[in-house]
Amino acid sequence: MLKRVHFGSSWLPFALVAPQILITVVFFIWPASQALYQSLLVEDAFGLSSEFVWFDNFIELFGDEHYLGTFQRTIFFSFSVAFLSMAFALTLAAMADRVIKGATTYRTFLIWPYAVAPVVSGALWVFMFDPTLGIFTYTLGALGYEWNHKLNGGEAMFLVIVASAWKQVAYNFLFFLAAMQSIPKSLIEAAAIDGAGPTRRFTSIILPLISPTTFFLMVINVVFAFFETFGIIHAVTQGGPAKATEILVYKVFNDGFIGLDLGGSAAQSVILMLIVISLTVIQFRYVEKKVEY
Amino acid sequence: MVEHRPIVTLISHLVLIFGVAIIAFPIWITFVASTHEAARMVQIPLPLLPGDQFFKNLEQTLFKGLEGAGAPPVGFMMVNSLIMALMIAGGKIAISLISAFAIVYFKFPFRMGFFWMIFITLMLPVEVRILPTFEVVANLGMLNTYWGLSIPLIASATATFMFRQVFLTIPDELLEAARIDGAGPMRFFIDILVPLSRTNIAALFVILFIYGWNQYLWPLLVTTDQSMYTVVMGIKQMLEAAEQSPDWHQIMMTSLLAMLPPVFVVVFMQRLFVKGLTETEK
Repeated sequence: MLKRVHFGSSWLPFALVAPQILITVVFFIWPASQALYQSLLVEDAFGLSSEFVWFDNFIELFGDEHYLGTFQRTIFFSFSVAFLSMAFALTLAAMADRVIKGATTYRTFLIWPYAVAPVVSGALWVFMFDPTLGIFTYTLGALGYEWNHKLNGGEAMFLVIVASAWKQVAYNFLFFLAAMQSIPKSLIEAAAIDGAGPTRRFTSIILPLISPTTFFLMVINVVFAFFETFGIIHAVTQGGPAKATEILVYKVFNDGFIGLDLGGSAAQSVILMLIVISLTVIQFRYVEKKVEY
Repeated sequence: MVEHRPIVTLISHLVLIFGVAIIAFPIWITFVASTHEAARMVQIPLPLLPGDQFFKNLEQTLFKGLEGAGAPPVGFMMVNSLIMALMIAGGKIAISLISAFAIVYFKFPFRMGFFWMIFITLMLPVEVRILPTFEVVANLGMLNTYWGLSIPLIASATATFMFRQVFLTIPDELLEAARIDGAGPMRFFIDILVPLSRTNIAALFVILFIYGWNQYLWPLLVTTDQSMYTVVMGIKQMLEAAEQSPDWHQIMMTSLLAMLPPVFVVVFMQRLFVKGLTETEK
C-alpha cells in the first residue's frame, strides 16, 4: 500500500498523521481503555473509593435477568428492523430495476429519509401514533383498535421498529438497486430466451447474484439498529413502557448517566465493544471475499 | 428491459408509487401539521391537507421558539447545528486527507502502526464509550463549546481509507514529474493530489455533513447550556414539553426545519451523495 515512488522519512509524515492520531488516542483509545479498566472496578455510591473486583461486574450482568432481557430485546429489535427495511427496499429495487422511465425520479423520492436524523424520524412517527391525537391512532380507533404505545409494550416496540426501518429503507434501496444494475444484461436475456418469466428470473438469477450485497446490508442494518437508533428510542419511548423498548445502547446511557452505576455501565460498554468488533470483522471478511460475476 | 410486458411494467410502477407514498407519508403529515394553527392541531381528526399558517408558524418557530419549552429559537439552534456539521465534515476531511497522504506517500517508522490505530476507531463508536469520553471532554474544559461538540467526532477511519484508495490509483509518474520540476512533498500534495481528489472530497463532504448535522447523543451529553443546543436536540426538548401542552404545529415545523438542510443536500447533490455512500462503505 506504499507507493513505489515515495518520499523518504523526515519529521513531515509524523506531523501529517499527528492530528488524526492525537484525536484517536485522546478521544478513542484512552476512553476505551478507561472503560475496560472501570469495568473491573466497583465504586461506592459517592464515588469516594473503588475496589478492584476482576470480572464481578460481568458475572453480575450475565446473572441479571434485566440485562439478559435487554439483550434478547436488542436482538429481536435489530433483526426486525433489518428484515423489515430490507424486504421493503428489495421489493422496490426489483421494481425500479424493471422500469426504465422514471427510475431516477423514483430514486429521488425514495432516498431522502436517509438524511433525516433518527430523532426527527422518531418525532414524525410518535406524532402519527400519538395516543390522543395521532392520525393512525384515529384510523385504528375507527377500525375498533385502541392504540396506546405509552401503555402497551408490544405497540411501543412496533413503533420504534417502524420508525427505524423507515429511515433505513433509503440506504438499502440504493445498494440493492446498484447491485441489480451491475448484473450483466446478457444473463437476464439468456434466461428470458430460455423461457424464464420475471418472477423466475428474480428468484433464480437476480437474488443469488445480489446475495453478497444482501449479506453486507444485513450487517450494516444490524449495526445501525444496535447503535444508531438511540435517538429514535430516546424520542419515542425513553425505553418504556416498563423497559419494553430498552436496548443495550440505551441501557448503557441510562445506567451510566442517569443511574450513575459506573462499573456496571463500563462493563456493558465493553460487551458492546466486543459486539462492534465482531460485526466489523464479519463485514471486512465479506469485503475480501467479494463475489465477482 | 428484456421483454415487452406492459402489465408487469404497470404493476412495477404501481408498486413503486405505493412505496413512495409510504415513504413520503410521514413527511407529508409533518408538512401539513406545520401549516395549521395551534387550535386546529388539537381537534380530532387531524388535517390531511395543508392550511394557510405556514409562514406565520415559520416566523414564530424560527425567531421566537416554543413558549414554555425552555429552548432557544429554532433559527438559533440551526446556526449551532450548521457550525457543528461544518466543523465535523471539514475537520474529518482535512485530517483524513493529510494522514492518508502520509501513509501512502512516505516511508517512515511506525507507518503501519499508525494505520492500525486509525483503523481501530472504526470499532469504537461513541455509543460504546459514552462515559469515559465524556470525562475526557469535561477534564479538558470542552463542555458547552463547539470544539467539544466536534473534535471528539472528527477522527475518521472510513475517510482515511477512502483517500488512501484514491491516492493509490494516482499514477506514480505524476510524482516523478513533480519531482523533476522541483516540487516538494507539500507542493505536490496541494497542487496535484488535492485537485485530483476534488470529486471524492465533495462526495465525502455530502455524507459527512449529513452525519454531522444529525448527531444527537454526543451533543446531548456535552451541552448543558441552552446557547449551545442543536436543532436535532431541540426537537427532543419540545417532545418532552408536548407531554403537557402539545404544540404540534411548532414541533412539526421544527422537525421540518431540522431535516431540510440534509434532505436538500441529498436531493440536489444526489450524484455526489450516491458516490460518497458507496465509496465510504467499501
